[in-house]
Amino acid sequence: MKFLLNIFDNLRPNFEKGGKFEKYYKGFEAIETFAFTPGHVTHDGTHVKDAIDLKRTMFFVIIALVPCLLFGMWNTGHQHFLAIGEMTGLTEGFMDKFIFGAIRVLPIVVVSYGVGLGIEFLFAIIKNHSVNEGYLVSGMLIPLVLPSEIPLWMVAVATIFAVVIGKEVFGGTGMNILNPALTARAFLFFAYPTKMSGNMVWIPTEADKATVDGYTGETLLSQAYNAAPGSDFGTVAYDSAGQQFGSIADTMWASFWGWIPGSIGETSVFAILLGAAFLLFTGIGSWRIMLSFLIGGAAMSFIFNAWGANTFMSVHPLQQLMMGSFMFGMVFMATDPVSAAQTNMGKWIYGFFAGFLGIMIRVFNPAYPEGIMMAILFMNVMAPLIDHYVVEANVKRRLKRATVAA
Amino acid sequence: MSKNVKIRRGANIKLAGKADQVKSDSNTPSSFAIKPPDFHGLTPKMLVKEGEEVKAGSPLFHDKYNDKVLFTSPVSGEVASIVRGAKRKILEVRIVPDSEQKYVSFDTANAGSMSGEQVTGLLLKSGLWPLIKQRPYDVVAKPESKPKAIFISAFDSAPLGPDYDFILHGEDGAFQEGINALAKLTSGAVHLNVRSGASTDPVFANAKNVTRNSFAGPHPAGNVGIQMHHISPVNKGETVWSVNVQAVAMIGKFFQTGKLDLSKTIALAGSEVQKPRYIKTKVGASVQSIVEGQLNDGDLRIISGNVLTGTSVGADGYLGFYDDLITVIPEGHDPQFMGWLAPNFHKFSLSKAYFSWLMPNKKYRLNTNMNGEDRAYVVSGQYEDLLPMDLYPVHLIKSIMTNDVERMEQLGIYEIAPEDMALCEFACTSKTQVQKIVRDGLDVAMKELG
Repeated sequence: MKFLLNIFDNLRPNFEKGGKFEKYYKGFEAIETFAFTPGHVTHDGTHVKDAIDLKRTMFFVIIALVPCLLFGMWNTGHQHFLAIGEMTGLTEGFMDKFIFGAIRVLPIVVVSYGVGLGIEFLFAIIKNHSVNEGYLVSGMLIPLVLPSEIPLWMVAVATIFAVVIGKEVFGGTGMNILNPALTARAFLFFAYPTKMSGNMVWIPTEADKATVDGYTGETLLSQAYNAAPGSDFGTVAYDSAGQQFGSIADTMWASFWGWIPGSIGETSVFAILLGAAFLLFTGIGSWRIMLSFLIGGAAMSFIFNAWGANTFMSVHPLQQLMMGSFMFGMVFMATDPVSAAQTNMGKWIYGFFAGFLGIMIRVFNPAYPEGIMMAILFMNVMAPLIDHYVVEANVKRRLKRATVAA
Repeated sequence: MSKNVKIRRGANIKLAGKADQVKSDSNTPSSFAIKPPDFHGLTPKMLVKEGEEVKAGSPLFHDKYNDKVLFTSPVSGEVASIVRGAKRKILEVRIVPDSEQKYVSFDTANAGSMSGEQVTGLLLKSGLWPLIKQRPYDVVAKPESKPKAIFISAFDSAPLGPDYDFILHGEDGAFQEGINALAKLTSGAVHLNVRSGASTDPVFANAKNVTRNSFAGPHPAGNVGIQMHHISPVNKGETVWSVNVQAVAMIGKFFQTGKLDLSKTIALAGSEVQKPRYIKTKVGASVQSIVEGQLNDGDLRIISGNVLTGTSVGADGYLGFYDDLITVIPEGHDPQFMGWLAPNFHKFSLSKAYFSWLMPNKKYRLNTNMNGEDRAYVVSGQYEDLLPMDLYPVHLIKSIMTNDVERMEQLGIYEIAPEDMALCEFACTSKTQVQKIVRDGLDVAMKELG
């Protein structure tokens, strides 16, 4: 790698103070430090440093997202072939489905990264701050929470909105209030609702291929929402080919593995749990947030079950938690350390209410049967307040100690 | 009342090159130096000129704002030079020692028979006073303040920290005399904190006139700041003092003999030391006399103190006033190709993003590379796991960054010292200079709150 190091060494003077491209130093620095962990040494303070840095941390989150991405590609293809009634078996045409899905999904990923990183570099150069690694994760999260039928220009617009309004106006990664990936999704959801909800966006269909009889393109959430009063969701739920799953166990089975329609990366609980296990093991994802989110969601689901005013409320709690974006939100969205609560106690409260409100909004929302995104964004806004009270409690406790001692 | 405290939060960093339990003499140092920057916040006023003869115990300079606090020469000899830095700030007062040592004679007696004022007076005059540090603010103690307790930590939990049981073995008399002297300075207790579970040397186990507490757990359990927090926390308006164990023995020896003898045993450790061991030397000795001929080749960093809180002194520097350890580690100037992606089996991390968790007993040869770049805070919860105190470190750091003195006070600035948060700085993903920020905060708070 000596030659590459030499190239950087030769180029560097152009970007340093007094060089031709002085203005673009931060861009150069980002590329250089990506290629080579720099030989900077410590000066003041600790003489040795932990090997961890933000690049490694963010890279590990991306590893955790890979199962969701790969499954999402296959599932995009699988849903398509189900809808047109070809190769409907799970094991049939694996490569055909995967390649079909990859052709749909990869452009979204490329646009998200290209546009997002472009803006990051632009802001780094204008504002003269270092390019932060945060977007490496956001850039992967954005495609995974979108329907596969989203037009690419919308991905670009949403990415611009998320990076500029969600992040850069606050000063970049670490300063933002809202989760940037959810900001992108919320932007699309309110700006272009017809491309983000309904029955037309989840499953790729083609004009020259007729869909099978009974095809509706509905997600399970939408089915639960529209189910006839008094019916049993487990038995009436059906797949993209219009075939009923038959029982609640079979519906749960399909939801767990994820061969159901939905946003690209959110359908497979199994793939998400693989990522979760990795994040929890490495300590990069907060177990407090994930656990309290799960408890919050489960609590609300049981409350709805007990209430049972309609079919949606009566959905089995486990099924409720495995549908939609609950699991994905729990593992990858709520745990964003910047927009989540920062104190340990705060994380419990934050996670619980995000899960609790997520299921509540999902069931009560008259326009659209999902609420995880809104709940997490709402709790992002509340997180500093939660932390404030947690820290105030600590201050009070410590003050009390002083008067007791005196 | 003695307490047993179990510290759960913190971490041990296992470095290669722990000192073997062998004591040997250093080479005769060709020069000594007392360095005013070792005493944070001190503005020195010189009392000697270059070329002047001094004895061991003769004053070299005093605190400009408190002329009673004297800083004295550790040896007799000639003041060779007064090294100044930017804005003529005095960095070092160098002394070339005589071959025959002459001592200033102090009128001491059994410390137990003296009053607090007499002890204070003698400590100030002899230049031993600066060995006593105070919380809040982690500076040399103010002689006029009344501490509610005095803390002595009998173990060093920092990486490659010296083993005080070994160093002070057999010094029972001097140590007890030192304790007796310190006991005169406080209306409260003198706390001697030992590591629980370990076999404590008789010098600590049999010490009288102290409250003995035991601490279990990882670093920073050996830091006096952590020990104070769990036993006698510093609240607004209160003062607690701390003295290093070897300094206690020095004080004791002073009261026994009436002369200033700043001999001490330090550990010479680190991966780049050929035979890590203990060395008998004196406060302010030249580093060269300690490390000459002992080190591996290569680009090295010589640190007076431990790798977390020490000062880089270089081969031509001097042992710090408070330090009992010289650590030598390699510098880390080499860039690494895609270091963030490589498996890096040789690197150490407290996180599980590297493989060091698989090898809990491996001793690491760490270098001084930053392992990353400065960033805004992204990861949360890291500091809390490494600071065994009931306070919110990141919020405290942020209050310091925004210069909000009132908030600092509420969040616990009185209890904290930079060394207590050194582990946080080590582990920080965003490579924040925690110790420097804490030090700045302490300075601001000291100025505003007194």
